[in-house]
This record gives sequence, structure tokens and C-alpha cells, in this order.
Amino acid sequence: MTDQATVAPVGTRRVRTTGWLQEYGVYLAVAGLLVFNLLFTANFLSTANFRTQLVQAAPVCVVALGMALVIGTEGVDLSVGAVMSLAAALVPLYLGYGVVPSIVVALLVGLAAGLFNGFLVAYVGIQPIVATLALLVGGRGLALVIAHGRLVEVHAPAFRALGTDDVLGVPISVLVAAVLAVVVGLLVGRTTFGRRIVAVGGNRSASTLAGLPVRRVLLGVYAICGLLAAVAGVLATARLGASDPADVGLLMELSAITAVVVGGTPLTGGRVRVLGTVLGALLMQLVRATLIKHDLPDSTAQMVQAAIIVVAVYAAREQSSR
Amino acid sequence: MRPSTTPRAADRAAAETSRATPASAARTRRQLLAGVLQRQGAAVVLVLVLATAWVSFPRFGGADNLRDLALQSSFLAVIALGMTFVIITGGIDLSVGSVYALGGVLAAYGSRWGFLGALALPLAVCGLIGLVNGILVARTRMAPFIVTLASLLFARGLLLAITNEGATTYQIHGGSAFLQLGRGTVLGLGVPVYLALALCAAGGVLLRHTRFGQSVFATGGAESSALLMGLPVARTKIVVYTLSGLLAGFSGAMTAAYLQSGVTVIGVGTELDAISVVVIGGTLLTGGAGTVLGTVIGVLLRNVIQNVINQIGTLDSNYQSVVSGGFLLAVVVVQRSLARPRAGR
Repeated sequence: MTDQATVAPVGTRRVRTTGWLQEYGVYLAVAGLLVFNLLFTANFLSTANFRTQLVQAAPVCVVALGMALVIGTEGVDLSVGAVMSLAAALVPLYLGYGVVPSIVVALLVGLAAGLFNGFLVAYVGIQPIVATLALLVGGRGLALVIAHGRLVEVHAPAFRALGTDDVLGVPISVLVAAVLAVVVGLLVGRTTFGRRIVAVGGNRSASTLAGLPVRRVLLGVYAICGLLAAVAGVLATARLGASDPADVGLLMELSAITAVVVGGTPLTGGRVRVLGTVLGALLMQLVRATLIKHDLPDSTAQMVQAAIIVVAVYAAREQSSR
Repeated sequence: MRPSTTPRAADRAAAETSRATPASAARTRRQLLAGVLQRQGAAVVLVLVLATAWVSFPRFGGADNLRDLALQSSFLAVIALGMTFVIITGGIDLSVGSVYALGGVLAAYGSRWGFLGALALPLAVCGLIGLVNGILVARTRMAPFIVTLASLLFARGLLLAITNEGATTYQIHGGSAFLQLGRGTVLGLGVPVYLALALCAAGGVLLRHTRFGQSVFATGGAESSALLMGLPVARTKIVVYTLSGLLAGFSGAMTAAYLQSGVTVIGVGTELDAISVVVIGGTLLTGGAGTVLGTVIGVLLRNVIQNVINQIGTLDSNYQSVVSGGFLLAVVVVQRSLARPRAGR
């Protein structure tokens, strides 16, 4: 799978070393954590455990894929958690019409939210962080209004199967995440759209001058991000067996940005690393699981996560300062 | 107004500098209009909402309700004051919600050592978190929203660690003088109202009439120009983030005194409220322009709307964030459309 597309900077050896670390650090970290757990964590090497880890990482991974595209254009989407919550709130409303229509409605609303963000960024010219902040503030409130602030249990067996069943021994949510990762990987590596994302993020004015449809690219990227956030919202609802708009996707923007940045996509754009993003999501999940399995409390897990973010962004910064 | 061949950065720098010094004659009429709308837009809306609420809801104008409104606004106003400084330097501080909650818990914890302990502990720790934010932003040039997102997590983690994973709520014992900071009243109004007013007045003077305030504007308006002029850009950033941490911690301490305990679950999403009210008050998120008075108006507007939603009663309280989000969006779009000719894009 073609995983990266780079506007390669010609650098000194030092830049190349840090660049290498930024690029492959996440693989090393995941491998290191796996080895550590195999050696020191009881009951780590079991199918059930691996399933749990993958299922828990799946929603973050799906959101992070969209976020990677947005960050590749030198943007950011803070509204992903709110979009997940919107999708979750809508699912039970339309379950009466069948499972497929309810999912379609949720996904369409996610797409619309993404288009809305993209419109603000591309056509109105608002900074991404501000444009998506409005939806972050309002989106969850809207979801809670729609759901009357309540948690609604979802009983439709066909819908719950999404969260509980396997296909060929792989949980459906993990399968969805994997398929989406491949699709996004192909999109970035093999299509004109992917090349344009990287170009727009690398140098927006040059892309405009070169006649690229910069605005349409931005619109598309935010639309995809919104759509994927809605997918994650549906998956999370299916797994929980209930629509919980107050809680679904809380702080998801943070987890997704972390996964992307840890995976080697710089916040300054111009580069999208899809496989790195997937591993970044896995890494954050593994860190959390490792701490929990060794009976370290949630508070410590949060502080460690904070430290990882700072270190990862610090490393990424070295490479991008030209 | 300027030759179109001027590089954008320089153009922006010139525009921002002229904004930073209000007396500059270089302002065009359009800029003036934009400035007036930015600053007074929220005030006009506030007056309209106040008038409507006064007429429509008999209970709104009651002394009790207004007293409550002022008290509730004072906690957010103190946080938003720090946020105003940070945003004017072109940064953002997402950690204030967690730091606010942490400040409350630390104040309740420190109250066992008397008034000074209850005040010094949260200020020291929260100030330190702000200082670290500032140093990371200023010295390593990492994106402010990432640095402060990390400290959002860190502060919440620290809070959980000292409260036994959120299970312990420290109480402030009834006789403590510290309680006066939140529950005391002077001339019928709560002490936090006076404190918030005093802090905002001091902040306004600091921003408008001191050398430090000028370098805050210059840093956000055109960082490279500020550097070239020899302004202490890094130090300015470190100070504003420290200030933001201190103020959030202080607001948390006041809240703890008001609630008589260090509640662990407060402050989630408060950073969004603070950012919204600052932006609604006319401070540009791109940095370089803003006022403390605007922020105070933004806080009042937010809380008056919330109060009205509560008065209606049948309305879901979640409409509050929908209204906030919509208002934020409207303000940003208006700001953008007014700024468009100036930014030359």
C-alpha cells in the first residue's frame, strides 16, 4: 500500500535523522510496547485481548484517517467529536425505517457537517481552527437537543450486530476501519485528489498559482473528515448498544489529532501518512491498555498521554522548521 | 490603498500595526467601521437581549436574578480575561477549563492551612502550568492549541490523581475565612463580582496603557515585525500564558469558596465558553486586536441568554451551546467579511 506522498525537502543529515525518527518512530514505539507487554503483562497474548484492543482503537482510527487528510492540507478539524455525537443522536430516530436508512441519515448529516466546515474554510476564508470550533461548541448541544439529553438504548439486532458480530473472525468495526484505511491510503497515494491534498498543504499559494482547484480540495477534505467522524459515531453507538450523545466522542478531536501527529503527519501540512496514522491510533490505545493492565490509574494515563503529545509534536517540529 | 505588489505579510504587518496604535491616522474609513462593528456589535446585541428579557420575563429584572447573573458571570469573566490576552497575542489556551477545576480542588485542599494556603496553592500550581504552556509555546514554537490541549489532559489527570480518581471531594470547613471569597457579599453583591470587576479593570489598563500591553498587541499583530523592533516577544507570550493559568486557577478558587468544596467535575468545556465570549466580544482570533471590555460584554451576553433560556423553562438547556455556537459563527463570518479587503485575499 502506498502510504506516503511527500513534498520532499532536501535536508542536512540532522534533519534527515529527526525526519527518520518522525517517520518511523511510531513503528518502533508500537513494536517496543508490544514486546514489553508480551514480556511483562499477564494474559496479554490472547486472541480475546487483541480483539479488545483493536475494537477499542477502531473509532479513533476511523476519525484519525479523516483528520490526517485535513491536517495534510495544513488545517485541523476540532468538530469531529461533536459530529460523532450528532450521528449517534440521529441513529435511534430513524431506526423505525430500518437499519440501513438510519445509518445513511447519520452519515449524510456527518457529510453535511463536513461540507459546512469545508465551506467556511475554503470559501469564506476562516481559519480552520475557528471554523470548526463553532461546530464543536454547537454540535453536541444540537445532538443533545435532538435526543432530549437522554441516553437511548438501541435494540435493533441488525444494528447491534455491527458492534458485536464478526466476519471471518474479525470484529465488524475493525474490518470497517481496515477497509477505510486502505481506501484512504489509495486515495492519498494513487489519485489526483491525493496529490492535490499534499500540494495544497505544502504550499497553498503555489497550488493556487498552478491552477489547482484549491477550494474544492479543501471542501472535499473536510467533507470526508465529517463523513468518517459520522462512521465512527455509528460504530461507537453500535458497540455501546445505546445512543449516548452526551458522552460519545468526547475529546475525540484530541485523540485523533494525537494519533495523526504521532503517526508522522506534521501539523504544518504537505504530507499525509496513512499507515502511520493507523499505528498512531493503535499506539495510543496500547499505551492506555498497558497502563491500565499494570494497575496505574486513569489519572496517570492522562498525564502520560499529555507527555506523549508534547514529545511527538516536538519531534515533528524539528523536521518541519525550515 | 496599498500597491498590490506589496508582499502579503508586510501588508498585514502594516495593517496590524495601524490597528495596534489606535491613534494612527492611517486608518481608512472601512477599517474604522469594521472596528466599531467589532467592538460595539456585541454591546448592541446585549442591550437588545436585555431589553427583550426585561419586558418578556417579569422575573428577569428582579434583584435576586440580577444578583445571580452578576455572580455567575464573574467566574467566567476572570477566565476569559486571561484568554483575551492569550488570543490577542495570536495564541489560544485550551487548558483553562481543566486548570479552573484543578484550581478549585487545590483551593479546597489547601484550605486546611488557612486562608493563605487556600489561595496560594492553586495560584502556584496553576501559574506553573501556565508558565510551562508559555515556555513551550514561546521557546519551542509548537502550536499553542497542541501545547494547551496536552496541558488540558495533564491538569485533568493531576486533578484526578489528587482526588483519588475523582472519588474524594475536599470540603472547606464552615468557619474558614476563605469562604468569604466566594460567598461573602458587599452592598448586596457577591465578593466575586467585585474581584472580577477589579481584575478586568486592571487587565484593561494593563492592555491599553502599559508597555507590556503594547507588546501583547504587537506580538499578535505582526510577530516578525515585533521581533525586528526588538520587542520581547517570547517573554510576552510566557507572561500571557502564565497570566491565563493564574486567572483560571483564581476563578477556580473563587468557585470552590462559593461551593464550599472542590468539585471535581466542573470546568469541562469551559475553555470553549471562554474562547466564545472573547471572540463574541470582538477580539480577533488571528491576534493583534481586542478589548477587555468586549470580553466582559461577551460574558454578560452569554449568561443573559442562558438566563433567558432557563426562564423560558420549556426550552432544553442544551440550546445554550447551540446559540453560543451559532453566535460564534456569525461573529467570525462578519469579522472575516469586514477584514477581507484588508487581508487582500
